Amino acid sequence: MIPAPFDYVAAQSPEHALELLAEHGDDAKLLAGGHSLLPMMKLRLATPAVLIDIGRLSELAGITADDGELVIGATTRHADLAAAELARSQAPLLAHAAALVGDPQIRHRGTIGGSLSHADPAADLPMALLALGGRVELTGPDGVRTVSADDFFVGFFETVLRPQEMLTAVRVARKPGVPWGYQKFVRRANDWAIVGVAAVDGRVALANMGSRPLRATAAEQAMADGASAAEAAELAAEGTSPGEDIHADREYRAHLARVLTRRALEHQR
Amino acid sequence: MSILGTRVLRTEDPRFLTTGGVYTEDVVDDRLAGACHVFFVRSPLAHARINGIDVSATLSAPGVIAAYSGADLADLPAIPPMMSGLINAEMTRRLLAIDKVRYVGEPVAVVVTEHPYQGEDAIELVAIDYDPMPPVLGFELPADAPLLFEAAGTNVAGELGNESSLQPDLFDGCEVVVSRTIVNQRVAPAPMETRAAAAAWSTDGRLTAWIPNQGAQGTRAELAELLGLDQSQVRVITPDVGGAFGAKFGADPEHAVVAWVARRLGRPARWTETRYENLISMTHGRGQQHTITIGGSRDGDVRAYRLQIIQDAGSYPRIGAILPYLTIMMTTGPYDIPRAEAIAKSVVTTTTPVGAYRGAGRPEATAAIERAMDLFAAEIGVDPAQVRRKNLLPAFAQPHRTAFGALYDTGDYVAGLDKALEAAGYAQLRKEQADRRASRDVRQLGIGLSSYVEITGMGDGPESPPTENASVEVHPDGTATILTGTSPHGQGHATAWAMLASDELGIPVEKITLKWGDTDLIPEGGGTGGSRSLQQGGAAVQQASRELLEVARERAAASLEANQADLVFDRTRSAFAVAGDPEASVPLSDLAAAERLVVRTVFSAPGATFPFGTHVAVVEVDTETGKPTLLRMITVDDAGVVLNPLLAEGQRHGGIAQGAAQAFVEEVVYDADGNPLTASFADYPFLSATEVPSFELAEMQTPTTYNPLGVKGIGEAGTIGATPAVQNAVIDAVAHLGVRHIDMPATSRRVWQALREAAALSGSEDT
Ligand SMILES: Cc1cc2nc3c(=O)[nH]c(=O)nc-3n(C[C@H](O)[C@H](O)[C@H](O)COP(=O)(O)OP(=O)(O)OC[C@H]3O[C@@H](n4cnc5c(N)ncnc54)[C@H](O)[C@@H]3O)c2cc1C
Repeated sequence: MIPAPFDYVAAQSPEHALELLAEHGDDAKLLAGGHSLLPMMKLRLATPAVLIDIGRLSELAGITADDGELVIGATTRHADLAAAELARSQAPLLAHAAALVGDPQIRHRGTIGGSLSHADPAADLPMALLALGGRVELTGPDGVRTVSADDFFVGFFETVLRPQEMLTAVRVARKPGVPWGYQKFVRRANDWAIVGVAAVDGRVALANMGSRPLRATAAEQAMADGASAAEAAELAAEGTSPGEDIHADREYRAHLARVLTRRALEHQR
Repeated sequence: MSILGTRVLRTEDPRFLTTGGVYTEDVVDDRLAGACHVFFVRSPLAHARINGIDVSATLSAPGVIAAYSGADLADLPAIPPMMSGLINAEMTRRLLAIDKVRYVGEPVAVVVTEHPYQGEDAIELVAIDYDPMPPVLGFELPADAPLLFEAAGTNVAGELGNESSLQPDLFDGCEVVVSRTIVNQRVAPAPMETRAAAAAWSTDGRLTAWIPNQGAQGTRAELAELLGLDQSQVRVITPDVGGAFGAKFGADPEHAVVAWVARRLGRPARWTETRYENLISMTHGRGQQHTITIGGSRDGDVRAYRLQIIQDAGSYPRIGAILPYLTIMMTTGPYDIPRAEAIAKSVVTTTTPVGAYRGAGRPEATAAIERAMDLFAAEIGVDPAQVRRKNLLPAFAQPHRTAFGALYDTGDYVAGLDKALEAAGYAQLRKEQADRRASRDVRQLGIGLSSYVEITGMGDGPESPPTENASVEVHPDGTATILTGTSPHGQGHATAWAMLASDELGIPVEKITLKWGDTDLIPEGGGTGGSRSLQQGGAAVQQASRELLEVARERAAASLEANQADLVFDRTRSAFAVAGDPEASVPLSDLAAAERLVVRTVFSAPGATFPFGTHVAVVEVDTETGKPTLLRMITVDDAGVVLNPLLAEGQRHGGIAQGAAQAFVEEVVYDADGNPLTASFADYPFLSATEVPSFELAEMQTPTTYNPLGVKGIGEAGTIGATPAVQNAVIDAVAHLGVRHIDMPATSRRVWQALREAAALSGSEDT
C-alpha cells in the first residue's frame, strides 16, 4: 500500500512536460489525476522511477468548440466534462459517460487524458470515444499527430502512445440532438462496468468484452443492412473475447453484451 | 418527564464530525516517542513447509533496525486452539510460523524500521525458501487430503454429534420431505479501521499496549497469554475504534509480536496493517455448509427438521471453530417443531482463520431454518407467510425451553410476523407479484420473509449469569463520570449511559463523561459484543446511580439534620430536599465536595435474552441480466424496551445493510490453489447507501424481565434477520420460473445461471 521509491517533478508547462519525458524516457510516467496510476503504484504493479505531474497544467484543461468538433483538453476532469453545458449539448454521450465514472471524488481527480491513456478495457471514456468515432491528439518531440479512437487502443492497458508522447487533446464530432444509448452493467453504483455498451449514430462500442474497448461490428453491419435493434443485438458478442473474473465468465459477458446492446439501441435519448 | 425512550442526539458526534476520532495509529503519547515500525512478511502460499528464512539482505536496507523470524520467538509457548476441550488440542499455532505456513497471509517474519514508509520496501528483501504442499479447501474434505497438523492426525477440529447420532426415523409420518445442501458463505468483517497496535514497556517491566478492540480486559488477558506474562504486567488502552463486528475481540498474534519487538529492542513499536493485510489476515466470518431437511404435512404443518453443519474454521481454530455450538442452540429458531436434531463438524482448511462476525453462529441458524421454511412452502404450494404463522411458537409469558437447551425469556413471534406483513402491505405485494408474473414482466418481483429469534447477552454459557460493572461518580462541580466495562465502537454508549445516569441523578447528559477501555482504570469488564452492552452494562449504570443516591441520601440526612425517610430527591435540581420544605436542600455536588461521592457496582442478569422479529424484503430481479435490486426492506425487531430510538435505529440500519450485503454481494473467494481473490476493496464488495432503499422500521417492544430496563440486545438483529429475507426474496422473484434455491451471494451471474438451469430443465421436461 506504499509505493516503491520514486522522484516527483511538477511540469511547469506542456513543453516542459515533453522535455522531462524526453529526458527520463521509459523510467518516467505522466501523472494526471493519479486515480489509476497511484493505485497501481501502491499495489506495486507499477514502479516508475520518476513521476511527471501534468495534473495542474491549466493549458491542457478545458472544453472548446472548433467548427464541427468539440475539443477537450487532456487534463479536463471527469466532473467538469460531465457538467459542461457545451459537452452536454454537443456530445451528450461523452458527458454522460464521464458522469458515471466511479464516485464524485474520483470524478474530481481523474482526467479524460489519463483515462484514455490508461486504456482500461472496462473503463467508460474509452468506450464512449470509440462509439463517437472520436480522435486523440498526441504531442511528441516531432509535433502533433492525430489518431482515431479505432486505432488508438491496441491491447490490455496498451495504446499507440510512444514513450516520449503525451496525449494533449481529445476531438469528437459535434452531434447535437443525435440519439444515443448507454448501458453500464455494474454490481454497485461506483464500480467499473462488468460489461458496457455505448451506441450512437450506427456505431456500437463495448467495454470489458476483450483486451481493449471493441466495436460490435457484426451488430453495426446488421443495422446498416436494415436489421431491427433486437436482431442486431443478437450479434453483439461476435468477434469479442471477454476475460473471466470473479464477476463474470465468458458466457455471461457475451449474454450481457447482447441484452445491453439491445437496450442501448432501443432506449435511446 | 423521563429522558429514557427519547431521541437524545449522540454526544459523540460533534467530535467525530469536527476534529475526528483518535484511532490507534493517531495516538500521540510520550511513552510512544521514538517508536519503531513493525512490518509483517506474510506467506504467499496457502500450504507449505518452510525450509529456511534469510533476513540478511533486508538488514542493510534503508531504515531497517532489525528483522526476526519464528525461530527468534521459539521460546514462547505454542498457542493452543480456543476451547481446547472441544477442539483438537494439537492444532496449535505460533506467533510467527516456524515449520509450516497454513494460509496466504500467515505472518512468517517481521522487519522493523525507523519510518513507516520503509517497511514495505524492506520486507521484499526477506528470502524464504518454501516447499509447497497441496492446499486444503472446501467443506467436505476428501479422506486423503493432506493434514494441516500432522500431530492432530485429522483435519477435523471438533464435532458436536455425528452421523451415527442421527435418528433414522426422524421424518417418519411426514407427507412431504425436502432436503438441500446450501452454503452460508465466508465473508470479511472489513472494518473501516484495520488492525493496529502500539506498545511501550516501562522500566518496571510493564507493557502498555494501545490496541483497537472490543473489550480491553479480554484483550489484556489474551495478550498476556500470548506473551507468557501475568495479566498484572499488561495495561491495555483502547483508543477510538473504527468498527469491529466481532473481529476485534481479544488479541491476535500480530498484536503480541509488536509488543515482543518493543521489549526486544527496548523501544516502543507501532504497527498498522494495510487493507490488503486486513482482508487476508483479520479473521473472517460465517463459512458454514448446511444440509437442511424439513418434513411435514401437505397443509403446512412442519413436523421434523434436521440441520447438519460443516464449519470451515480456516487454518487455526479460533472462535469460528466453535460457532456451530451457537448455531445448534438456535436450530429451530422461533418455530415449534416437534422433532428436530442438529449435528456439526468443524474442519481446518488452508485459509484465513474464521472468527466471530456480527451475529456469530445465529445468522447461520436463521438462514438455514428460513430457507428450509421456504423450500417446504414451495414444495407444498402454500404461501410462506402462512407456513410460518402456522408453525411459530405461540406467545409465551413464562420462559420457554427449547429442545436445544435455549431458554427463550419473552416473545410473541406471531404478533411480530403480522406486524411486519401489515407494514409491508403483504397482500398488495403478492398481488403486484402475480400481475407481473402474468404479464411476463422482464422485472419480476420477489417477496422474502425471515422470522427470527436470537440470543443476546450470553454469559459464558446460555445460563451462566452474565455480569457487568459500572462506577458512577458525582463531582463537586456538578458533573459526573461513569466508568464502564463495556467497550463502545460506534454504538453510542457515551450517550446512552449518560441518559441512564442523568435520569436517576438529575445531571444533564452533557455534564456526564463516560470512560472505558483502560485496564488500569477499569480492571474488569466484558466488553461489547453479542449485543450485551445495554442489557448488562447499561443496567449496571442505572444500578450504580441508584446505589449512589442511597449513599447520598444518608449523607444528605446528616447534613440537613433530617430523617432519611423525610428526604425527597429533586431531579430538577439534582438535590435532596426535606419533604414539604424545599428550601432545606443539599445538591449532590455539595455532598461530593464534602466527601468523594462514588459507587461501583456489578449487575448480574439471570441469563441471556432472546430478541425476535420478522424481516420482509422486496426485491426486483431483471430476468434478462439476472440483476437483483432491493426495493424495500420492512422490519420488526423487537429487542424489548427502547432506550433511545435514534441509537436503536442506527443499529438496525447498519445491520440490515450489512445483512443484505451478505445476501447480495459479499464473499471471500479463494482460487483452487488457495490464493485469496478478494484482497482489495476493488474485488471485495459491500453495499453503500446507493444500493439500499430507506428502511421501513416497524416498532414492537416486548420487555424482558431479566433486567430492570426491560431491554434486550439490538446490535445483531439486522444481520440475523435481513440476510435470509433478502435471499428468500431473490429466489421468490424467480420461483415461478422453476428456481428453488440460489446460494449466497445471489449475484447477477448466479441468478442468471439459476434461470438458465431452470429453463433447460423445464425444456427437457417438455420434450
Ligand atoms: C475506485 C475507482 C473507481 C473507478 N471507477 C471507474 C469507472 O467506473 N469507470 C472508469 O472509466 N474509470 C474508473 N476509474 C478510473 C478513473 O477514471 C481514473 O481517473 C482514470 O482512469 C485515469 O485518469 P487519471 O487522470 O486519474 O490518470 P492517472 O492515474 O494520472 O494516469 C493513468 C495513466 O495514464 C498516463 N497518462 C495520464 N495522462 C496522460 C496524458 N495526458 N498523456 C499520456 N499519458 C497519460 C499515466 O502515465 C498513467 O499511466 C476508477 C478509479 C478508481 C480509483
